[in-house]
Amino acid sequence: MIPAEYYQRDRRIHPAALTPDYKTSVARSPRFSLISLQGSLSEITGPTFGHGDISPIDNDLIKNCAKDGDPVGERIIVHGRVLDENARPVPNTLVEVWQANAGGRYRHKKDTYLAPIDPNFGGCGRTLTDEDGHYFFRTVKPGAYPWRNWVNNWRPAHIHVSVFGAAFCQRLITQLYFEGDPLIPICPIVNTIPDADAIDRLTAKLDMNAAVPLDCLAYRFDIVLRGRRSTMFENRLEGN
Amino acid sequence: MKIVDATANAPQYLRESSSQTAGPYVHIGLAPGAAGFKIFDQELGWDIAGPNAKGERIRVEGVVIDGTGSPVKDVLIEVWQANAEGIYARPDAPRPVEEGFRGWGRVITDFATGEWGFDTVKPGPVNPRRKMQSGVSDRVRDTHPDWLGRSDESHAPMAPHLNLWIVARGINIGLNTRMYFEDEAEANADDPVLNLIEWENRRATLIAKRSERDGKPVYRFEIRLQGEDETVFFDV
Ligand SMILES: [Fe+3]
Repeated sequence: MIPAEYYQRDRRIHPAALTPDYKTSVARSPRFSLISLQGSLSEITGPTFGHGDISPIDNDLIKNCAKDGDPVGERIIVHGRVLDENARPVPNTLVEVWQANAGGRYRHKKDTYLAPIDPNFGGCGRTLTDEDGHYFFRTVKPGAYPWRNWVNNWRPAHIHVSVFGAAFCQRLITQLYFEGDPLIPICPIVNTIPDADAIDRLTAKLDMNAAVPLDCLAYRFDIVLRGRRSTMFENRLEGN
Repeated sequence: MKIVDATANAPQYLRESSSQTAGPYVHIGLAPGAAGFKIFDQELGWDIAGPNAKGERIRVEGVVIDGTGSPVKDVLIEVWQANAEGIYARPDAPRPVEEGFRGWGRVITDFATGEWGFDTVKPGPVNPRRKMQSGVSDRVRDTHPDWLGRSDESHAPMAPHLNLWIVARGINIGLNTRMYFEDEAEANADDPVLNLIEWENRRATLIAKRSERDGKPVYRFEIRLQGEDETVFFDV
């Protein structure tokens, strides 16, 4: 089977490289146009991962770094599907997440925010989607944290999400926000996205049906990767 | 008055999720061990080629430089490459790759200097389009143009190259580029992607310089995000 190419990326729903309200982008944004490159084999292939690459506990951030108890914070499940633009599930793909703890502090030597490190929380996890593109994590809801941009900028609560898909050109890193957070509309990083509807699609929705009574709330977050073209009018010897 | 929605009958596609910066703490998510935080038993992406890979063992090193001329010290780079035969590690590859050859890896910079480096094997030239597996299909496939009028035979092979994807704080959407090899001048001159770059002087930004250290080839690749000699980035 010849893998087909992907739909061109709609750059209008992505942030531009240069977004001056997010100051760090100013010196880190290319000034020349990107060179458009029709997908060759180098772009339409990509790495594959299997259950041998990860451990079953890697998607449980409540337990995967616990020393002597559970981490502090609001216990949540984050789940959803990885789909492509054709609404087809993306199975067996690697989803990686990282986040601050409930106080808004990352377990990273460069993070010096005064909220304390939680000895039972690492803040990173990974999993593979199942055959239907489903994934889930259990974690604690991250706290908002301040960052140096303007003098008083705070990031809304968020989880960083990295997804592979089936091709290197589908590679995506994004952030998950939480429904109802008043910091979302005033965040310069969120607002690098020029499209309000696109921002809404990065906002996880409270999902009471997936909550575990007396234990854990749940949020639903679907991720959409680029869709693969159908190779029409080809002298095909095999099915799609 | 009724407003007619011109897209009402359009096919229903989903829209891609928007990119957001990987931020300053990308390392704990994607390379926690390299960042000094041990959490997973098995770190992904530190060994690109594996022990059995054939071909020339090489080291690739570099630095990412921002528009002020300063090294970017919190970058993460992913690599996707073919093996020495020009085959990508895929279940549907025309020939299996060496056991343990993944062709994918990731590297972070030294937090103090911004220098990064990884060991791998030099890839072979890659056919732009994939050949089919079985002999019969191969013949049909290779000579038949696709619906864009292209066939395998109408394409020069791509010169050996690494596909790189760069993310960091301040980079809103991952930057795709390619690294080619200085000692492949002839193949580079025919490379269909390098030749797509209208400004011939910019092609040099994608070519890594070769030297030797302790008898081992080292390729130096400096990525300039902006300014003089800005690296060519692709919309793939
Ligand atoms: Fe963050």
